[in-house]
Amino acid sequence: MKVAVIGAGPAGTRAVETLLAHGISPVWLEESADGGGRIYQRPPAPLARDHRTLYGFEAKRAAALHSAFDAARSRADWRPQTLVWHIRPSTRQLHTVSQGQQAVVDYHAAILCTGAMDRVIPIPGWTHPGVTSLGAAQIALKSQGCAIGQRPVFLGSGPLLWLVAYQYAKAGAPPAAVLDTTPFATKLAATPGLLRGGATFAKGLFYITWLRAHGIPIAEGVSPIAIDGAEDGVTALRWRDAAGREHRTECDALGLGWGLRPEAQLADLAGIPFRFDAVQHNWIPERDLAGRTPVAHHYLAGDGAGIGGAEMAELAGRRAALAVLQNARTPIDTAAAAALDRKLAAGQKFRVALERAFPFPAKLAASLPDDTILCRCEGLRAADIRATAMVDYHAGVAPELNRAKAFSRAGMGRCQGRLCGAATAEVLAAALGQPVEAIGRLRGQPPVKPIPIAAA
Amino acid sequence: MSTPVETAEVIILGGGGAGCSTALHLAQRGVRAVLLERGLVGGQASGVNYGGVRQQGRNPAELPIARRSREIWGRLPEIIGTDAEFSETGHLKLARNEAEEADLIAYLDTARQHGLPLRMVGRNAIHRDYPWLGPSVLAGSFAPEDGSANPRLLVPAIAKAARAAGAVIHEQTRVTGYYHGAGRFELTAEDGRRFAAPVLVNTGGYWGGAVAAAFGEAVPIQPLNPNMAVTEPIRYFIEPNLGVVGGNVYLRQIPRGNVILGGGHGESEADPANGRPWSRPLAEVTLETLRHAVRLVPALAGVQLIRSWSGIDGQMPDRIPVIGPSRTTPGLFHAFGFSGHGFQLGPAIGAILAELVTEGRSTTPIDAFRIDRFPVAAATAS
Ligand SMILES: Cc1cc2nc3c(=O)[nH]c(=O)nc-3n(C[C@H](O)[C@H](O)[C@H](O)COP(=O)(O)OP(=O)(O)OC[C@H]3O[C@@H](n4cnc5c(N)ncnc54)[C@H](O)[C@@H]3O)c2cc1C
Ligand SMILES: Cc1cc2nc3c(=O)[nH]c(=O)nc-3n(C[C@H](O)[C@H](O)[C@H](O)COP(=O)(O)OP(=O)(O)OC[C@H]3O[C@@H](n4cnc5c(N)ncnc54)[C@H](O)[C@@H]3O)c2cc1C
Repeated sequence: MKVAVIGAGPAGTRAVETLLAHGISPVWLEESADGGGRIYQRPPAPLARDHRTLYGFEAKRAAALHSAFDAARSRADWRPQTLVWHIRPSTRQLHTVSQGQQAVVDYHAAILCTGAMDRVIPIPGWTHPGVTSLGAAQIALKSQGCAIGQRPVFLGSGPLLWLVAYQYAKAGAPPAAVLDTTPFATKLAATPGLLRGGATFAKGLFYITWLRAHGIPIAEGVSPIAIDGAEDGVTALRWRDAAGREHRTECDALGLGWGLRPEAQLADLAGIPFRFDAVQHNWIPERDLAGRTPVAHHYLAGDGAGIGGAEMAELAGRRAALAVLQNARTPIDTAAAAALDRKLAAGQKFRVALERAFPFPAKLAASLPDDTILCRCEGLRAADIRATAMVDYHAGVAPELNRAKAFSRAGMGRCQGRLCGAATAEVLAAALGQPVEAIGRLRGQPPVKPIPIAAA
Repeated sequence: MSTPVETAEVIILGGGGAGCSTALHLAQRGVRAVLLERGLVGGQASGVNYGGVRQQGRNPAELPIARRSREIWGRLPEIIGTDAEFSETGHLKLARNEAEEADLIAYLDTARQHGLPLRMVGRNAIHRDYPWLGPSVLAGSFAPEDGSANPRLLVPAIAKAARAAGAVIHEQTRVTGYYHGAGRFELTAEDGRRFAAPVLVNTGGYWGGAVAAAFGEAVPIQPLNPNMAVTEPIRYFIEPNLGVVGGNVYLRQIPRGNVILGGGHGESEADPANGRPWSRPLAEVTLETLRHAVRLVPALAGVQLIRSWSGIDGQMPDRIPVIGPSRTTPGLFHAFGFSGHGFQLGPAIGAILAELVTEGRSTTPIDAFRIDRFPVAAATAS
């Protein structure tokens, strides 16, 4: 049986390890040069630092995952720097490009472990140099060992906000402010559910407490107004506190992020149906706990199948590999599979509480000022999207998201809506007076990411 | 206990370019028309095509319609309030060997007979006038009145104008039941709504074949899925819409910088047992098209491809559409099966059908498109 695993983050690594343990050596495709995925990304050799410095509380897990990865890599058909840009479920083929070279990979079963990316909301001035996502700010620190600025502001909501702020402070770039758009009360209300998360919850509290203790300015329930900037970059963030007072915080860089969204384009191209998950406020591909999807022979694991975090991703990767084996009638330890199922189910409950504590601020996105750039690739402003919902629009009203895309070109640029899709949907839904789940989701089209046209 | 029936003078089935322009022309003539569309208007072939507004190279039988349509394309702003990004860039059709060059020369006569401006760009001129063409290009023929438009805008804008002129357009209305008796058509939607009129216009695109079959005149129609792709924006330098003899690649650049490419065919499930029809591009076809494109325009090497897609048109064996009255059912008129090149024709199709419906004749010759040019197939009335 030929199994293809896409992605070498926590989910992909554990999937491959499990397959190898059962005598199957999969073909393993990863866009980056190395394994580890987003959270355990390793710096290139010259910048290597010890696990403790790089991953903090996660050091042990990171070390364990890296050694699992290193052991698995040599036994699998490991193909780094290989982007899977299209999938054809009917003939079970993957189309890949690696350093300009195209290839086709046949498979009997595929496990998609494609992870997640930052969810950003554009705010006025976000196109100034020096504005980046929280995740990118963290990756700069982890893999290049450089900070996005000496006095950064971090704005957004979710666990990553506090973690990144902490990591910057530890790295000698104390944030000028950490601004959380979620009110304290919302988080408080979610606390009972969060307690289920045990260590994860404790870590979150630790970061916040630590930042306070070290005098880092923190505010909760804030609303961003605008990012000020000059030619060479961002100079300040203007924002309103929970009481409605205006503030201006000077900074030389800004990291933004409101949770994550699945990188689910391959699942989409594989024909797996999606549903709107109201708690995550994301469209996610359908799958069961074990990662089986309605499209036979196609499995999902990790954040690409709905945000669950790194620990859950490891469990899900193992479980999906077992599901592949079960389907091929390979004997497996069914008790182990059942134990994984229990942990995955418990993890989902904690996730619900976490998402409740850090809800996506849909209103913030929906109420963006008209002249804010929304779709960066196509240079479209919020007003351009709102216009497509008006009766006097030259091509008629766009009643749903793909039609608004067709009319306005929103999401038709290089990023194909990966970056701007979430906010564009909120703006359009609000303009139409519809709930966001009623206006559909942007259709995925290959390639998953831009691919170069080869020379003749 | 039955749902009330919505009546009209004409029912139009299918809201692509053909159907929506028919709705507009009928409404302008004061005819009460109801258009029924399964999804959104212009959501199928008419909304996802390459956007080529091309007359050059067409089957001679189509040229009178293409000429009439081209005249309407030029007046779109006054008719529908937008030009749908129609731009008269010219269409340059290229030959890559002597046989292809002979093909271009032979077509000059056809063009002359139909008053289509067309001129050869010879072996010396071609690389002087278009220095970005690759050495594989031998010669070309240039049609100055051709160009391209944005397919995502045209049909919705026509539909908006049709509504303003009085047409009723029901989207999200999939017709599943067909009946004709006592001089009246009665159609039933999937959800039970019913519609009746003495005249039915079948502009169902590929699915127009199933409509014809429901009235006892099945035709040999096949789904056609041109494979399309688009690059990131680059410096604007390819002004004309480019094609080649044989058609294995065609490309155009919009002033914003993106290069849109087509060639070969993707795949589709046009009649799924459950759910909506779908189509998708094929990776190997996309890559093959890119290889042809780079040979034509070497500067495209290294440019990033950002998206690819396909769509579903109806293809007839002789690659020209079915247009005209039914041979089985009085009051039924067809215009479907545009075989991959009906975007340019759309605006004129409405004018022709409005004439057929209200006057019983067309001022543009359409005899070549009659449905009875095909041997009577085993007719399957549903
Ligand atoms: C920027 C960022 C920073 C984060 N930081 C933290 C953190 O500090 N702490 C924390 O607990 N969680 C963090 N998370 C969340 C954490 O990364 C995930 O929960 C965890 O990594 C999920 O593991 P995964 O295996 O599902 O996906 P990932 O770790 O994201 O791995 C997916 C892998 O698939 C590859 N891939 C995706 N698509 C393709 C394709 N088409 N072809 C080839 N390869 C492909 C990617 O390159 C990637 O290596 C972060 C997430 C992001 C996006
Ligand atoms: C990818 C692609 C590229 C192309 N490029 C070009 C080009 O560059 N230049 C050019 O001139 N032509 C081009 N064409 C061809 C052109 O797009 C079509 O010929 C033309 O749009 C057909 O118009 P239509 O109205 O007949 O069909 P469609 O646009 O398909 O409209 C038919 C409509 O009928 C509806 N319908 C069908 N059955 C039912 C039912 N039972 N109930 C309710 N509604 C129903 C469908 O939903 C559909 O919207 C291309 C086609 C494709 C697919």
